[in-house]
Formats: sequence, structure tokens, C-alpha cells
Amino acid sequence: MNLFEIRFHGRGGQGAVTGAKILGDATRLENKHFQAFAHYGAERRGAPVMAFTRVADETIRIHSYIYDPETIVILDETLLDIPSVQEGMNEDTFVVINTPQAPQEIKLKVKPKISTVDATTIALDVGILVAGIAVVNTIMLGAVARATSIVTIESVKKAIRKGLAELPEKVIETNVEAAQRAYNELQIGY
Amino acid sequence: MSNMPAKQILMGINGDEAVAYAAKHALVDVCAAYPITPQTIIVEKFAEFVANGEVETEFVRVESEHSALSACLGASAAGARTFTASAANGIELMHEVIFLTSSIRQPVVMAVADRSPSGPINIHGDQTVSLAQRDTGWIMMYCENSQEAYDSTLQAFRIGEHPDVQLPVMTMLDGFVLTHTLENVYLLDETDAHKFVGRREPMMITIDGKQVPLKLDPKTPITIGPLQLFDYYMESKLQHSEAMEKARPVISQINNEWAELTGRKYGDGYLQPFKVNDADAVIVTSGSSAGTARFVTRQLRAQGKKVGLLKLRTFRPFPDKKLAKLLADVPVVGIFERTHTTGSLGGPLFNEIRSALYDHDPRPIILGYYGGLGGRDVTPEHFKSIYKELLKIKDTGKAPRYPIKYITVRK
Repeated sequence: MNLFEIRFHGRGGQGAVTGAKILGDATRLENKHFQAFAHYGAERRGAPVMAFTRVADETIRIHSYIYDPETIVILDETLLDIPSVQEGMNEDTFVVINTPQAPQEIKLKVKPKISTVDATTIALDVGILVAGIAVVNTIMLGAVARATSIVTIESVKKAIRKGLAELPEKVIETNVEAAQRAYNELQIGY
Repeated sequence: MSNMPAKQILMGINGDEAVAYAAKHALVDVCAAYPITPQTIIVEKFAEFVANGEVETEFVRVESEHSALSACLGASAAGARTFTASAANGIELMHEVIFLTSSIRQPVVMAVADRSPSGPINIHGDQTVSLAQRDTGWIMMYCENSQEAYDSTLQAFRIGEHPDVQLPVMTMLDGFVLTHTLENVYLLDETDAHKFVGRREPMMITIDGKQVPLKLDPKTPITIGPLQLFDYYMESKLQHSEAMEKARPVISQINNEWAELTGRKYGDGYLQPFKVNDADAVIVTSGSSAGTARFVTRQLRAQGKKVGLLKLRTFRPFPDKKLAKLLADVPVVGIFERTHTTGSLGGPLFNEIRSALYDHDPRPIILGYYGGLGGRDVTPEHFKSIYKELLKIKDTGKAPRYPIKYITVRK
């Protein structure tokens, strides 16, 4: 496999950076090479943030941000109109959005391969909240696994368990189950 | 040593953690650090190893970076293997002791997370701070990725402590681009790492007809680092230079040993050429930028463009002869550096590489590019545009009147 690049857009507090890292680690479990990193700015709760995961079969040499991603993951649908979110998007791009809307209802400048899941509702249902903010990162990874097939849901679950290892067992399992639920509930519009 | 590389463990860790593991595997006796910003995850992670009892290191929490390196220098003079790490303003505060450490010939190993100097205030990456240490007499190695950060840090102990060398070594990893990026990193099994790195063996000297270790020890008192005025200062400088010269074969030898052990080799230890031989245009760069440049070089080669990359891994001792040998016949060379110098014709890499080629006839047309300053992203487009310009100069034979440019700068 050549380079496969994923860009996460979220708001501070939603866990985009941790999500990018867990996804990368999940691909490592399948013997892929990966990079996971963030666009570090002046982070604060609610501000738009970006994080990135690169995956390949061989050593990854490139060390820049991602401008032409194969997949764009949007943790907050209110970010859809921000120019950087649609940068590099084309008809082949997988776009995975956290929204109650169906893929057909999403209007963008180009027509990418959209899939949607209501991750915020899942987070509220099962109680994945930090300081009152629904943390949707692990949930969206279930959706990404299904939408792109870049990694299996089993590896995502393993990586979530490892990535959240410092949290109580019950919280970890809630995250794992929520990821599976997003995998099942994903609406695919292509 | 067998021809089969040793068994290794694959981890998903960032550059800082990779260096921390290297320090762990290096059986460091003393680590001194100032544990708040601008400190790095390197010592944070290493402090975890100490707290968990995974290492027997004496961890000294000091009140500043100046004290951190001073403590390492003192411990090293008493015979300890020492390690520290810092970044940006922390390195600047150490500056005085950086000179002292090398002139007293203590093989301290220091990892530098390369972050921009403040002014304007910035926390992101470039190599200006580490390159500002270029006259301090340390061995200096730049890492392309987190794997190389692990590899070079372990090698650094062997190089610095070699009996012919006895010099401190700094290993540089680009701020954020490497320090905060998770990547696949292969770590040696601890036993194999220990076997490679060994324990620090003190030099032996003769006092009153007896062989004693050259270290501070109340039983056999000696003076280390005395006042040397007009009488001996210059002689010390010459000896320091000679030690740096003696490091040259050692760096290559350790690089070869590492290759046998792990299967990973960094050129001759100094320079890693990629498609340089028949190239019309070559880019020289160091650190993580070399990876992105290699990615572009491969793409352009696939399109039939004769371009090549030369990665500068070891900056001190500067590989001037090796560089000249590789570059003298290349028509056009572009030097991309993530550092900035005002009031001079180009930055340190540009100056030193250009100087290394001065005696050669013919010699390339050489251009210097400043980029990636203050953490500005170094993208494939940077290198595509540089190659485009270099190839155009090759075709027209016309060099620009002023050889220094800024990439992606707004006017």
C-alpha cells in the first residue's frame, strides 16, 4: 500500500489528537508503518484543531502536515464551512462526519465519498463526557474503520484499550463498545 | 558479531520517548534536568523510568538548565555516564556550560529538541538554537526521524566516551516534527543494547608512578578544569581540535557496528546520499526535512528528472572532504536550512558547504534557502520548487546574482 493520509478536524476537548494517535497505533498492530501528530497551535477548549495520521507499508519519510488526505474525519459538523476542512478534498476523498444528518443531506463544494454517524448522541448515551464536552474521538475511529477499511475494527478496539490504558476499566470498555456501535450505525453514501 | 541483526521490539512512540528509551538502554548513571518548560518529554519519560525503578540512574532535579549541564559536567568528571536534554531557551541558558563541558573533555550526551529561539516568542521548531552551538566544540548529530533519534543517542555514548575522543555529543531532533510525532520505532532488546553500549571506562593516568583513573576521587586528588590563561589556553584548544579530528573514524566505525547489530546504517555516519551520483541538481539538508526531501526526490526521479539528495547527519566534526567528493561534480546545489543568520551571506550550512567546495575546480553553483523557521511547515512543495529552480539554472547556466532565498515568506 502506498501512503494513506488521514486528517482529523475537531474542536479542542473532543480528542482529535488522541484519536489520530490511537488510529495510527491500530494500523501498527496490523504491521503497517504510521505517523500520528497534531497541528500544535494555541490549544483551548472549543477552538478548531487538526490532527493527522499517515499509514504505509514501508518507512514513511515525509514529515509535513497533510494537504491532500485520502480521508478527512470531522468530529464537529459546524467545522464544515472552515476552508482548511475542505482543503485537498476531491471526489475520491473519504469524508467521515459526526452528524445526525444522512450523507445525502451534506452539501460540500465537491462530491466526496461521505459517510455519517451521530457520534455525539452515542457519546451522550453512554456517557463519554469530559468537563461537559462529548468526547467523540474513539467513537469516530469505529466509523473510520468501516468507511475506509484502512484498519479492522478489532485492531481499533485493541488500540483504544492500549491508548486509554490509564483510565478505569469500565470507561475503556464503554469507549470500545461505542466504537463498535459507530461502526454498525455508520451511514454510507457511496 | 553475527550477520543476523539482533531481535528488536517495534513500538509506536514519539521522538522524545525514543530518546528516553535510548538513555534507559544506555545505563546512564546520572541525569540532571530542569523539569519545566522548555524541558521536553524526554526527561519526563526518563523520570518515569527512574520512579518505576526501571533504571538505577541518579536523577537530579536542578533549578535551571545552566545547573542541569553543570551537574552533568561535575558528575561526569567524577566518572559517571551522564545524560541531559533540553530545548530552545533552555539550551541558550546552558551556553556557558556547553563550552566548559567540551573543554574539560567530558563525554556528556545531550539530546536537543530543536525549537526556535524566542524573539519573536515561539515554541515551534527550527535548528537555529542548536546551530548556534556550532563553535562550542561538541560532536553534533542531526536526526531525520524518531528511529534515528534512538539510534544516534545510543551511538553518542560510544562515540563520546571512546578513548581517542572524550568529547560531549549532542543529538538533535526537530521540535514537534519529531518530538511530538508518533512513529514506528524499533528498539533493541535491553541486553543487546547494554552489550553494545557497555559501561563508561575511565581514562587511566599515572600519578606518583601509579596508574589511577582520570576522575575526581578524594583518594587520589587531581585538578580538572584549571585556570589556563595565555600560558596554556591555546594548547588546550589545539588538543580539543585534535580530539575532534580523532572522532572522525570513530563515528564511522560506530555507525558500521550499529549497522551489523540492527541492520540500520546512516551512510558513512556523516552523509547519506540518495541518487546523487548522476544528478544535475542536488539538495543538501539535515534533520526531518531530509525525509520530506527524499520523498520528493523519489517522485521526481520517477518522472525522469535527474535530482539527488544529500542528507547531512553529522555537523561536527564537519565532513568537508566527504562533502566535496560527493558534490564537486554536481552542476547545481541547493542548501535548505531551517536556521537563520542575519548580516551574513547565508546560514551555517550554506557557508560551511560552500567553503568545503572552494578548492575544487569545477565546483557547483550553490544556492542557499532559508525555510521552516519558527515551525512553518516544510512541505514537499518546498523541495519541488527548489529542484525546479536548480534544474533551470543547470539548463540556462545562469546563476542568480544573490544566492540566498527565503521559502514561503510574505513580503
